[in-house]
Amino acid sequence: MMGKYVVRRLLMMIPTFLGATLLIYFLAYAMPGDPTAGRCGDRQCPPSYVAWFRAHYGLDKPFLEQYWMYIQNLFRGDLGVNYYQNTVVHELAIRYPTTIKLAVIAVLCEIIIGMAAGILAGISKGKFIDSLVTVSTLVVIAIPVFVLGSLAQMVFGIKLKWFAVTAGDGTWRQLLLPGLVLGSLYIAYVARLTRTNLIENLRADYVRTAKAKGMSTTRAFGVHALRNSLVPSITYIGASFGGMMGGAIVTERIFNINGIGGLIWRSINQRDGTTLVGAVVVLVLIYMFMTLIVDIIYSWLDPRISHE
Amino acid sequence: MSDYLGRKKATREALLEATDPTAGDILESGETEQRKESARSLGADAWDVMRRRPLFWVAALLALFFIIVAAAPQLFTSVDPRSCDLAYSRLKPSLKAIFGYDMQGCNIFARTVYGARASILVGMGTALFAALLGGVLGTIAGYLGGWVDAVLSRLADIFFAIPLLLGAIVVMAVLPITLDTPYLVVIFRIVLVLGIFGWPNIFRLMRASVIQVKPAEFVQAARALGANPLRLISSHIVPNALTPLIVVSTIDLGTYIATEATLSFLGVGLPRTIVSWGADISAASALGLIRNAPHMLLFPAAALCLTVLAFIMLGEVVRDALDPKLR
Repeated sequence: MMGKYVVRRLLMMIPTFLGATLLIYFLAYAMPGDPTAGRCGDRQCPPSYVAWFRAHYGLDKPFLEQYWMYIQNLFRGDLGVNYYQNTVVHELAIRYPTTIKLAVIAVLCEIIIGMAAGILAGISKGKFIDSLVTVSTLVVIAIPVFVLGSLAQMVFGIKLKWFAVTAGDGTWRQLLLPGLVLGSLYIAYVARLTRTNLIENLRADYVRTAKAKGMSTTRAFGVHALRNSLVPSITYIGASFGGMMGGAIVTERIFNINGIGGLIWRSINQRDGTTLVGAVVVLVLIYMFMTLIVDIIYSWLDPRISHE
Repeated sequence: MSDYLGRKKATREALLEATDPTAGDILESGETEQRKESARSLGADAWDVMRRRPLFWVAALLALFFIIVAAAPQLFTSVDPRSCDLAYSRLKPSLKAIFGYDMQGCNIFARTVYGARASILVGMGTALFAALLGGVLGTIAGYLGGWVDAVLSRLADIFFAIPLLLGAIVVMAVLPITLDTPYLVVIFRIVLVLGIFGWPNIFRLMRASVIQVKPAEFVQAARALGANPLRLISSHIVPNALTPLIVVSTIDLGTYIATEATLSFLGVGLPRTIVSWGADISAASALGLIRNAPHMLLFPAAALCLTVLAFIMLGEVVRDALDPKLR
């Protein structure tokens, strides 16, 4: 049953994946600017070199033919070679660990801080701690990450010296503050989501029934209400992982991290379409598989949801 | 940030449940003089809850205030945001210039007041664009179902799979502007770019609402009475499926404003020639500047956060008021 569902979902991914790659490939193709500009020092590149360059990278072929060749290579695991003679797979391989580390820290913060704050607020609805969580999460949601990042770098990195100011080496220790900044928005959403669901479930009939039949408050709360309340939060955390990889562009820039966000940013500015498409294709794949995993976990956690 | 972007799946589900059309049909004793049983609509009910909440008035007044500032900045300051004097560079706030001066010696108060226009225009324009595109396509997909639904849903999936911020940066690179591009074209470019990656959110919401409303008895009744599909959609299905769209669009409006500022921070959004909060924040957030002239960052950032907060709060208050489970 589950196997059938997974196969169907995997099949449905194919058109989405092809469409997303086509879209991003087209955008990279349509980017104005000449990749040979500046390759020959101060002077214009000789026409013979430009012709060789365009033929070498297949830029002289029609768009659809280029795309078709790209897709064929893609399914062989080859993301191409960029204009700097490096394979895109290599460029990605040296940077993905850093960005994944960053995202893992952000996800851990979501689970620990976000859920704890949400549960605290939910069980003390209407009290001070509830208002504190509701208001502070709204403020975090309203402050754009680039402002929050710059401020955090200033306050915690430079003034208080609690964390590293930049994270050029990409060690876990250095990535702590950037990870927290990257996750801040999602922490706030997780806290609010957990709070709302907990409040809703604490008033649900099944919790009242559990208490009425003599179950202790702790057990009725812990086993019944809490477990059900965390289901949407867990799925939200899973879904946020994909978005984070895109949001890393800003965080990596502020903290000078050599990750995927920085690579994408640089490849756009240098008109390096091959690297850009490769990086985004992998991002889209991660996003799609995270969504699938989240949907599968969902039906495990909540047996009422069946994938028939 | 793209998910400020936080595309809120769970929120959306909560919304859909909240706007079950049958909820409005519950009969309550009216407060009319005839003491007649009268049906109160969901909207009237929600309005009753909302107007007793101070948060609603704070958010609504704040949003209205920023809209007025955007529409008529000259009412709030007589200083030209573009006439700058390097002699005043980075001066701290004083009575003469209550927000101080920036690097170029421009009056930060004037720049903050005039910067509202770009943010509000981008936010409203994008929310409208995404609501129209997503709303129309979502209604079509939800109403027709079948292969039309399958094709449109896959199309939405494709745009959904690319994070908003990432997609926006790439499209910005594809649509270059020059320094003499007219103001509205520059604004529309951002609206277009954010709308292209923002509509799937609204599409999914509208599609789900329409699918939920379509089998309702009042729709079937109208169909049985011979209403044609267009009339069925425009006067029976859409009005009953519209509330979640308006609520989410209001919340998204705040998100779009923040994303625009982020694009300007990265240097691909609004050009420096346009007075905008994003560009001013970007100019002020170099590390040395935050240390030596924090007022440069503080005021435009505070204005931006307050605007984003106003629209997100407004949307959330309305959503909570519509959700009977949270009362």
